[in-house]
Amino acid sequence: MKMTEITTPAAPAPAPPAPKGSGTLKHIGYVLRENPVTGLSFLMFAGLLISAAIGPWIVPYDPLATNAAAVLQPPSATHWFGTDNLGRDVFSRVIVATRLDLIISVAAVTLSFIFGSVIGALAGYRGGWFDIIASRCLDTIMAFPLFVLAMGIVAALGNSVANIIYATAIINIPFYARLVRAEVNIRREAGFTLAAKLAGNSDARVLAFHIFPNALPPMMVQVSLNLGWAILNAAGLSFIGLGVRPPTPEWGIMVAEGANYIVSGEWWMALFPGLWLMLAVFTFNLMGDGLRDIVDPRRRT
Amino acid sequence: MSGRGTAIALRIAQAIPVVIGVVVISFVLTRALPGDPAAQFAGIAATPESIEEVRRALGLDKPLLQQFFIYCAQLLQGDLGQSISTGRPVVSELAARLPASLELTLTALFVSCAISIPLGILAATRPGSWVDQLCRLLVTAGVSLPTFFTGIVLVYVFYYLLGIAPSPLGRLDFVYLEPPHVTGFFLIDSVIARDWETFGGTVKQLVLPATTMALFTLAPIARMTRAAMLSALSADFIRTARASGLSRRKVLYGYAFRNALLPVVTTLGMVFSFALGANVLVEKVFAWPGIGSYAVEALVVSDYAAVQGFVLAMALLFVFLNLVIDLAYSVIDPRFGTSAK
Repeated sequence: MKMTEITTPAAPAPAPPAPKGSGTLKHIGYVLRENPVTGLSFLMFAGLLISAAIGPWIVPYDPLATNAAAVLQPPSATHWFGTDNLGRDVFSRVIVATRLDLIISVAAVTLSFIFGSVIGALAGYRGGWFDIIASRCLDTIMAFPLFVLAMGIVAALGNSVANIIYATAIINIPFYARLVRAEVNIRREAGFTLAAKLAGNSDARVLAFHIFPNALPPMMVQVSLNLGWAILNAAGLSFIGLGVRPPTPEWGIMVAEGANYIVSGEWWMALFPGLWLMLAVFTFNLMGDGLRDIVDPRRRT
Repeated sequence: MSGRGTAIALRIAQAIPVVIGVVVISFVLTRALPGDPAAQFAGIAATPESIEEVRRALGLDKPLLQQFFIYCAQLLQGDLGQSISTGRPVVSELAARLPASLELTLTALFVSCAISIPLGILAATRPGSWVDQLCRLLVTAGVSLPTFFTGIVLVYVFYYLLGIAPSPLGRLDFVYLEPPHVTGFFLIDSVIARDWETFGGTVKQLVLPATTMALFTLAPIARMTRAAMLSALSADFIRTARASGLSRRKVLYGYAFRNALLPVVTTLGMVFSFALGANVLVEKVFAWPGIGSYAVEALVVSDYAAVQGFVLAMALLFVFLNLVIDLAYSVIDPRFGTSAK
């Protein structure tokens, strides 16, 4: 895999400041070689996507089927992750839950990406009263401990999965909006912006096609880091009994169900969904760090 | 000196619009209940007449703006409404449970600062060493660990397998008597009462939940300390200080750390936000009788007044903590107030 990445770029010069198009590929290859963990995180992400896509068809048992004859069995060859208090197969439930957890976090992050971008771009480009009002509103959201605000929103809107998504989206909007606002603001008077305007482009067009794309690379890093946080947040909400209802397989609620059995030693019910949740968050965080290295080598920490 | 005084007064004044914003949002949240708020507050066994009565009692038949002012007036009198499940005022319930939450959160933050700041400094002064690798591992693992899951794993290992931790049920095992109420913090109250057994019992109960929360908050602080120390150490004034022949200790702690402290203190604000949220989850895992588990219990029985009171209380606490952090700036940073308007 690495060999192809080294050989594909047309420019033979090994020096870092290579010509543009091939330089990007080269740089990605360089980052992957320097930090193989990033490559691993992409592989793990692919694994998560596959289990989300075809999970329900490949799992050995029906995630909802109870079996009174096989209750609370420890992990074995027939039940890889053991069975829970109703005899359901924990492995099947963990894999099937991937889809729901990914949907919640991806949907939430998409919503906050869209709304955050629009609010941030308008505030950064227009300035003035819109900027002041928008910034004040975002500050007020940030004045709440975010998980607590999400709890309050779900309690107010009603206890459903859709509302978990909305709540997670709302608490994430400030991060995107602030990022876009800063990126747009510093380019508002830039030479290429003025040139685009002089060439007769409308404000909306300049903002959408000339300024905003510059904010995309840092946004992608933010998205990846945010996805992990959104999953944690959603799982935390369902852990305290919000959103997802009991028979549905979801990592947070499975950990909550397993927590009741941990003091009597049935560790597998809570451990495996918890591990999967951790793995997913870990994947997104590693990917975010890797993307950051690819996008902006200066921000490495 | 007067410049500094003005700057501090300005910073306190800046908290006022934030508090107003917080109050507006919690008002919107109380009025955005699914369906009819009056029906929610009246409970399940309500007749149309009793719902109408509740509506009048809550002032929900008045215009929205007037409702908002009534809400504010009630807040000023410390009235957050009645809890449906217990029938007691929400404020007194929250006040009774707040010390438990604060004791847990503050202990955890203290522990995590005590570990992560030295760790970050060591990692920054010896880049690439095993300390640096350990720091990196902790930082990456720390942000990926779901708090509630860490807590459960700790309970399994230290309570079930090793048997060295007490059962994860509350602040004090039933064999101990609660110390006489002075501050509500069991650690402090038992010291005041000179009751060392209770003090030991409190510490034993506190270790696991505090560790759980500390593990969660370690990562951002250690990461920021390391990054801030690295950038401070590469600054020109450090080179000058070294060239002037100052001792290593003086350079490291007198100059580099003092400058690195500012971004670290700023991160603490974000860490508080996460810690107060994580507090809810940790309290549920350890059956800790704080305001977080109160809110979770209230959520289960749809006791909305209690939940909204909790959200408001947490937000006000967070605004207050942020204010304290910013005021701490004025102590740490001698430039404070000279450049500010």
